[in-house]
Amino acid sequence: MEISARQPLPATKKNHPAGGVLVVLGAIIGVMAVGGWKAFAAFGPEFLISAVWNPVTQHFGAAAPVFGTIVSSALALVVAVPLAFGTAFWLAALAPPAAAAFIGMAVQLLAAVPSIIFGMWGFFVVVPLIAHYVQPTARHLFGHVPGLSALVAGAPFGTGLFTASLILAIMITPSITAVMRDVFVSMPTVLRESAYGLGATRWEVMRNVVLPWSRQGVIGAVVLGMGRAMGETMAVTFVIGDSNHIGWSLFAPANTIASLIALEFPESPAGSLKLASLMALGAILMAISFLTLWFSRWLLARGQKAAGG
Amino acid sequence: MSRSLLRSDRSASLLWRRKLADRMATGLSWLAMLIVVCVLGSILWTLFKNGLAGLSVNLFTHSMAAPGQNGGLANAIMGSILQTGLAILLGTPAGLLTGIYLAEYGANSVLARTVRFVSDMLLSAPSILIGLFIYMVLVAPLGHFSGYAGSLALAILAMPIVVRTTEDMLYLVPVAMREAGIALGAPKWRVILFICLRAARGGILTGVLLAVARVAGETAPLLFTSLGNSEWSVDMDRPMASLPVAIYQYAGSAYQDWMQQAWTGALLVTLGVLVVNIVVRVGTRGGRT
Repeated sequence: MEISARQPLPATKKNHPAGGVLVVLGAIIGVMAVGGWKAFAAFGPEFLISAVWNPVTQHFGAAAPVFGTIVSSALALVVAVPLAFGTAFWLAALAPPAAAAFIGMAVQLLAAVPSIIFGMWGFFVVVPLIAHYVQPTARHLFGHVPGLSALVAGAPFGTGLFTASLILAIMITPSITAVMRDVFVSMPTVLRESAYGLGATRWEVMRNVVLPWSRQGVIGAVVLGMGRAMGETMAVTFVIGDSNHIGWSLFAPANTIASLIALEFPESPAGSLKLASLMALGAILMAISFLTLWFSRWLLARGQKAAGG
Repeated sequence: MSRSLLRSDRSASLLWRRKLADRMATGLSWLAMLIVVCVLGSILWTLFKNGLAGLSVNLFTHSMAAPGQNGGLANAIMGSILQTGLAILLGTPAGLLTGIYLAEYGANSVLARTVRFVSDMLLSAPSILIGLFIYMVLVAPLGHFSGYAGSLALAILAMPIVVRTTEDMLYLVPVAMREAGIALGAPKWRVILFICLRAARGGILTGVLLAVARVAGETAPLLFTSLGNSEWSVDMDRPMASLPVAIYQYAGSAYQDWMQQAWTGALLVTLGVLVVNIVVRVGTRGGRT
């Protein structure tokens, strides 16, 4: 199912399908943009930079959910990349074959769990842990350190950016792991064996031979994970805390574009300015995630081409 | 004498440091793997712990009801089956034909590469946006939410999965088999239909089942398309309940029995999705390259 599972294609011609792609891309973004036109018309470019989301005064801006989307995905990567790399390293180099098959399957199953289940699990298992242990500990440790205290400020609700990032990290780890493992395994065995033959340890082989060789594929896998994280809806909706607010605190409630759409849509009558604003946010999310996914595919394809020689 | 001692001493310390780095890296790698496995274990344990208690005949025979009214999830289960079924009926033929085109006819043409690219984009695109898209082009113009709209959104999510597996599986069909068919004078369409598709049948079925597993747990696109419905309804032209949306509604509530049903529903959805995945992956492990 993952990108690198595809067989290498016969030698490609040089022309890019960019023209046709842009048409399709434009059509989908276009439908969203048409829906959101009213919002763009009412607020102008200020829609993009305004952090206000106030249904009472009918004033809407995109900055807070865009901030939440980017920060939560970036934080999710900080957690997910080491986890995924460690697991892929284990699967590709350390695991006994029988265990590799079993654990590999467990990782795939984790990827198959529906996102609403992650949301419930996050809300009823992770949120209490954050509220009772993680945030109080973080405040105890960093609360009086200048510069860091702002990051841990706020009441310990348990919901917020940090919790959302944690759940997102767990959700994207399996797909990053799968692509990384495929990239590692697809490397010619003789390269790895030569390094082992010179007396290198497993870690040295990974660091000095496998990683440099598969760098583009690994980055592609990471960007793909980022693309997935940005559009994730249900899991985030449960744990993000629903607040349109930009701040320094990692533990403060926030919103992502996707969670805001899911939460506010039921209270947005057809034809209202609010619905138009949600559509406009959808267009923005579409644009961001398509660009990210496009970039990751480009990296993965380049990595594959390098692999094919 | 002292020189060589010094050197062996230094190389011993270097060896020690290299070994230490290796131990640390492999140790952290074990840790990462264990964390991932523990998370899966924790999710399953939470679901079983909270969900098993709510399993009863009532759950499958009664529709959703107000708190305390002894309701079940029958309409949500039925709605999920209907919408997933229709989505697969719509998405599979479209995905199958696209996959055949990509593998057999398009190869590396500009159109094929564009289609491949867009299909891969759809595979990872945020599912909530697919829901919004269907809302814009179908629900808003028609003026009402419907099971059809939900199915269409799910079909768009299912299609790229079928496209990908069909294409991959057709690549795996040995060239010798195609050549044998062509040598017997069969036209290309017969070779594809009666030789390639037949050889790739198992793999393509895998893709369809994975698509079922993927869309059966989707919530976000249904919020804007089939909306949810607390009454028993099999009319696809009206708002329709589904298990994930029912879980979403119930899990956010403050009522004990709704919460219980949310957990049990979550257990059912997860078990269904995971069992399909396990069957598919164990069944095809031998055939994978």
